[in-house]
Amino acid sequence: MLRYVLRRLLGALPTLLVIVTVAFFLIRVAPGGPFNLERPLPPQIMENLLAYYQLDQPLWRQYFNYIGGLLTGDLGPSYVYRDFTVDQLLRQGLPVSIQLGGTALLLAIGVGTALGTFAALRQNRAGDVGVMTVAMVGITIPNFVMAPVLTLIFAIWLGWLPAGGWGEGALINKLLPVFTLALPQIAVIARLTRGSMIEVLRADHVRTARANGLPPRVVTLRALRGALLPVVSYLGPAAAALLTGSVVIETIFGIPGIGRYFVQGALNRDYTLVMGTVVTIALFIVVFNLLVDLLYAVLDPKVRYD
Amino acid sequence: MATGHLKTVLLAAALSVGVATAGLAQVVYHRGNTTEPETLDQHLTSTIYESIILRDLYEGLVVHGPKAEVTPGVAESWTVSDDGLVYTFTLREDATWSNGDPVKADDFVFSYRRILDPATGAKYADILYPIAGAEPVNKGEAPVEELGVRAVDERTLEITLGSATPYFMELLTHQTSLPVHPPSVGEHGMAFTRPGNMISNGAYTLVEWVPNAHIKAVKNESFHDADNVAIDEVYYYPTEDRSAALRRFMAGELHSNNDAPTEQMDFIRAELGDQLRIAPYLGTYYYAVNTEKAPFDDVRVRQALSMAIDREFLADEIWAGAMVPGYSFIPPGIGNYGEPAMADYADLPMFDREEEAIALLAEAGFGPDNPLQVEIRFNTSENHQKTATAIADMWKPLGVQTTFFNTDLKTHYAHLRDRGDIDIARAGWIGDYSDPQNFLFMVESDNLGFNYARYANPEYDALMDEAAVTTDLEERAQILLEAEKIFMRDLPFIPLMYYGSINLVSPELQGWEDNIQNVHATRWLSLGN
Repeated sequence: MLRYVLRRLLGALPTLLVIVTVAFFLIRVAPGGPFNLERPLPPQIMENLLAYYQLDQPLWRQYFNYIGGLLTGDLGPSYVYRDFTVDQLLRQGLPVSIQLGGTALLLAIGVGTALGTFAALRQNRAGDVGVMTVAMVGITIPNFVMAPVLTLIFAIWLGWLPAGGWGEGALINKLLPVFTLALPQIAVIARLTRGSMIEVLRADHVRTARANGLPPRVVTLRALRGALLPVVSYLGPAAAALLTGSVVIETIFGIPGIGRYFVQGALNRDYTLVMGTVVTIALFIVVFNLLVDLLYAVLDPKVRYD
Repeated sequence: MATGHLKTVLLAAALSVGVATAGLAQVVYHRGNTTEPETLDQHLTSTIYESIILRDLYEGLVVHGPKAEVTPGVAESWTVSDDGLVYTFTLREDATWSNGDPVKADDFVFSYRRILDPATGAKYADILYPIAGAEPVNKGEAPVEELGVRAVDERTLEITLGSATPYFMELLTHQTSLPVHPPSVGEHGMAFTRPGNMISNGAYTLVEWVPNAHIKAVKNESFHDADNVAIDEVYYYPTEDRSAALRRFMAGELHSNNDAPTEQMDFIRAELGDQLRIAPYLGTYYYAVNTEKAPFDDVRVRQALSMAIDREFLADEIWAGAMVPGYSFIPPGIGNYGEPAMADYADLPMFDREEEAIALLAEAGFGPDNPLQVEIRFNTSENHQKTATAIADMWKPLGVQTTFFNTDLKTHYAHLRDRGDIDIARAGWIGDYSDPQNFLFMVESDNLGFNYARYANPEYDALMDEAAVTTDLEERAQILLEAEKIFMRDLPFIPLMYYGSINLVSPELQGWEDNIQNVHATRWLSLGN
């Protein structure tokens, strides 16, 4: 098992290198640079700036400098947020994104599987239809609509919750963003769980268990274990995406996560900041895909990694 | 069960908020500030939103008063030599840094040298180019010691200019002229802007900076005018999403926000009434026309296109009153100037203007059989899109066929700066300081960065050169007015609208005076019912 994990992690290194390389050159292809402002800079000042950040060197050298820095854990300075390094920005923002995304993820898994199971056990009856309708609504209403509507109701009309701000991570500030972020995930997970649960409930081993007179609760739990496999494979990429921040949620609720950096960085041509977020997201995806594969082994006795 | 839990949480949170506010008698101002500052280093700064924070933290030689008038700051008085070249400032005795050090003339010498040193990489260093030696120093052609800024003694600062600059005092209110505390720059390097490291001399000092969340500043008790500073703490929020900012304002979480969603103006007016403040602002929204490219090199074509644009419709309908119809390039109300040179068709009814435009285009050889083809380039934004579409529609009766091309902001401006091919391109200009020169210089033939129209007129250049050496303000204003008349005759840029400044201001916030520069330092404000 440990050998498998190590092998997977080592195997991820070339993948990361390819991602970093492609991202590095791709962002440079975009016209304009970090110092092209609405108010253009005089040529001399532009030169001073490029020299300051060594952006006046040939691209291949900048690339090797960046890779060199990356190997020593140095993500470089931010060209736009000039008082910070990319490392400092990510260090400050990532915990917030993880807290927010993690809470939303746990909520989504808990509520989603429960709803999915509930619906599967009442297939085609009123309960099932009700849950699936709500799930459909959750999937189809985008969070940039859901978030303003919820703030309008809970912050402005009722005045129960704050309309924005992180408040150092106070629970009351988290309720709306976590719920908005979790809602579409709850819906997806509920649908996935329902689908595979219905399939598993019809499987031979479940029928046998039932015929042997096992209590329904035990049967359901057994079935759920098998039914969770598709959910788990969905969760890998979903978790990586949730934990690395959501631009929409962060912007609307004024939350200092890293989701915004990806978009702001790209629009500002803040090359190093974009690269930093790309590396972070890529790492999360690699790690979560690995976790999913390991979870498979736990859930499905047929899967072995030795 | 679930709702019971929620209620407990809400109750607990409400209680803790109640306790917190009851325990502190501090006056806290929650200030929406549109975007995250890129830096709090006054020498690297380039955005308006940074200036709002920096002007609270630091005090320059002169500052903007509540109505944006030039007011003594660290300098209690100053004299100007007869030739307008040498400014001598006397610093106030009680000006101190937040750690108790006195603010000395040497601190300003250090600061001006630092911003102009090419190694600093200052984006706005060119604002200070009027100072003697500034440009060569910034180009690395001369040592920083040759800069015309000198400490005569601890409290006397002498600044020598390269040539007379009537707007120099106005320049000194810009955030690039704010002093840094030399020992903390020496000690912390680039990190001197961090809470804990920053020593400032303004009404407030920095205590917290969480990127994308907030910046917190508290009243600086050692500030010389601290007795008159009413607000104890300020939180600046980067309220990037304008609609979200509006909701936070409506929920009472922000006392002010310096933007509002223009697409919801009717709703805002109805809901908030006079809490929405729209005031004339020092900026112009315009279309640059490529004067080198046929048929746009024909002034009749440019005039015809300009004439047919119904600016009242753009300002009132598309921008919902957040803009003012603009018939001159220089916005009215600017300093050192009188009434700007308005287009002579400003007061004509649209119908007559259209007739005249059709005639002009016909003279230039365009009509129904030979329609004029125009491409409008703009940076992607809903309102720019709507504006361009409306203008295309206004041009239709002239037989003009318009196409659109939009790119993101960086691409748009990089294309303009690199003199990429354009017919007509959208741009906007917000003055750095309140002086007509700051607008008219854009189309001087040697202005490579801003002259998107590639306009080159020796007569215009000569007037601008003449104005630059004229120290008599009345006389200078006349010369600049002549220049603007030529501008309006030749129309390298078609002015469309003057920007309006948009603010949401809670009735609790007192002392907020609308002004053309849209500056509202926290020290002039207070909170009360």
